[in-house]
Amino acid sequence: MNKDRPDRTPESEERRAVLGKMASATFAGLMLSGVLAHAQDAAPQKTLIPARPFKVSSDANQDVLIRMQGELERAMQKPINERRWGMVIDMRKCIGCHSCTVGCVMENKLPPGVVYRPVIDEEKGTYPNVTRTFLPRPCMHCEDPPCTPACPVGATYKRADGIVVVDYDVCIGCRYCLTACPYQARTFDFGEHWTDNAAKGADGALALTAARAYQNPPNFEYGKHWERGEGIIPKSPVGNARKCTFCTHRLDQGMLPMCVSTCVGRATFFGDLNDPKSLVSELAGAPNASVLKPEAGTHPNVYYLN
Amino acid sequence: MTRNTKILWALWIILALMGGIGIFERLTMGERLAAYTSYVPWGMWVAAYIYFIGLSAGAFLLSSLVYVFGVHKLERIAKLALFVAAITLVMSLLTIWFDLGHMERNYEVFTRPQFHSMMAWMVWLYSAYFALLLGELYYALRRDVKNLSPREIQEDDRKLKRLATIGIPLAIAFHGGVGALFGTVSSRPFWHSSIYPIMFLVGALLSGGALMTFIVSVIWPEKDEAWLDLLQFLGKIVLGFLLFDLLLEWAEYSIPLWYGVGPEADLVKFVLFGPFWYVHWIVHILFGVAIPVYLLTWKRDARSIGIASALVAVTFFAIRLNLVIPGLVTPELRGLEHAYVDPIGNRLSYHYIPSFFEWQVLMGVVALGLALFYFGQRYLPLMQTLNNREVSK
Repeated sequence: MNKDRPDRTPESEERRAVLGKMASATFAGLMLSGVLAHAQDAAPQKTLIPARPFKVSSDANQDVLIRMQGELERAMQKPINERRWGMVIDMRKCIGCHSCTVGCVMENKLPPGVVYRPVIDEEKGTYPNVTRTFLPRPCMHCEDPPCTPACPVGATYKRADGIVVVDYDVCIGCRYCLTACPYQARTFDFGEHWTDNAAKGADGALALTAARAYQNPPNFEYGKHWERGEGIIPKSPVGNARKCTFCTHRLDQGMLPMCVSTCVGRATFFGDLNDPKSLVSELAGAPNASVLKPEAGTHPNVYYLN
Repeated sequence: MTRNTKILWALWIILALMGGIGIFERLTMGERLAAYTSYVPWGMWVAAYIYFIGLSAGAFLLSSLVYVFGVHKLERIAKLALFVAAITLVMSLLTIWFDLGHMERNYEVFTRPQFHSMMAWMVWLYSAYFALLLGELYYALRRDVKNLSPREIQEDDRKLKRLATIGIPLAIAFHGGVGALFGTVSSRPFWHSSIYPIMFLVGALLSGGALMTFIVSVIWPEKDEAWLDLLQFLGKIVLGFLLFDLLLEWAEYSIPLWYGVGPEADLVKFVLFGPFWYVHWIVHILFGVAIPVYLLTWKRDARSIGIASALVAVTFFAIRLNLVIPGLVTPELRGLEHAYVDPIGNRLSYHYIPSFFEWQVLMGVVALGLALFYFGQRYLPLMQTLNNREVSK
């Protein structure tokens, strides 16, 4: 077989690699002028998943996750008011696996009844002419959010980088913002726990222990420790409006939002819309990019490709 | 104690007990026992809040007819109306306080003012209204408690007129503001209507007027000719507002329903022909409009006026429920209700029926209101007519 051939010296390997690159570069050159030089610079990629995501450089030919990772690091170098985070969701690629929903629930330790990014599964048409579409619905982090001006205490507001946040230490839990959001992207923390019905089944005790091990540690939204609790004065975020934060706590650590990382189909893209070279800027400007409910006048920062 | 009184006391004790348990549960367990959800985030308590606060605004504006416009026919009920306005305001504020996720943070509405929030404006305006109401009550009642000189009484009258004059735009602003709280929400087609602030004001005058009429018909000490005359006058006011409110309702429902297309039309259809059709047709139209109109137009005896106004005042709550809930029952995005579910509390649902716990808390608030009213009419000179003043003049 090939691997046993004695003429496979390192030199020949290198020559083969250069020839291979040239061949692919020629093909790419036919498709798009200017790509040739770029392709020759590209380091051979052994695997799509980097061992140390923080060290890799951004490159157009790399996996989108690696590219977005580099762009994220670049964006984080800028002052906060020069960043404008945005998301693009490719509905043609979404397979409806709900990994983003689950990843988000895990990352933010969401209790029952609180969800930041459900995936709407819609069946269209009648048999036999039926199709299904999947629509992940995070917070749109609108340019003109109707939810923030409704808040009577200024607990929810738009940060300089465009992320709409809730200050859990201020929110009075009136739920006016829940009614104001045209995408219903906000849910209320009623103080429920995954353990509430856990002890009822046959494996009650085991389920209870397992569920408590999951639910009792704090979550790290907004880079703080939040330990939920009920009582006459509930411990926030119980009794608060909650919503997608674009994983601000992860961004601060140079990580992509959880839903982007867990998307098995590479259907969710994230980055700085103020960076014209970023993947999201490229995609959001594509002719097939649209936003949900444009008539609401909210100017979302989440785009859909369809 | 007569048999009827005993029954009434027994009913009140049951109400207070149930309510006490409900309020205790609310304080210790939060909102976990409430049935509203993240998708129907406002439930019966919000409806009760706008109902009570409407009663307050209505009763207050009725008293202003006397203190500002000098409508002498209503002079005898002015103080009682002020007192009813204060009690119903306390009831409304309690109800909405229980609805907050963090009750202990309510002061933030004052310490962190947000001038763009309609809810903040509403809170500031009703707080100002509350202060004004207490001031008016003080000047209206103190002449009957203390021995005041005619000059002092005149001075108090001037102050009363001044307060009541400020009170009219204030009451219009704050209750119009309650309407605007809903009307300004552009994402809810059912609420997003310019007619709401006006409808709220008319509704307040109707429900508050009806409540006052009912109270006067039942507890007035001297049921004489003058009393019947007063009742019939009040009955006419109620009838007038009832018909005017019906006209506004026709405008509110017929416009989106005319071509029957669009999100608003679907919601109006939900109200009129949906699973809770009877709230509109039986509770509101039959008991709240048809029977009262018949009684107020063709009967006009004291008993009929009392029954008619009681029906109007009580069934008005149905109108309020039919305003808050239908605005929230359809998904803003199709299929959202199936996207992710909550197996523990079912909080990601568009299905809402008030839980017994919600009723219990409401019972507690009503029991408290009744107790306040009982003590007020017993120990405060609310129904001593203004004869004292006439004598002193």
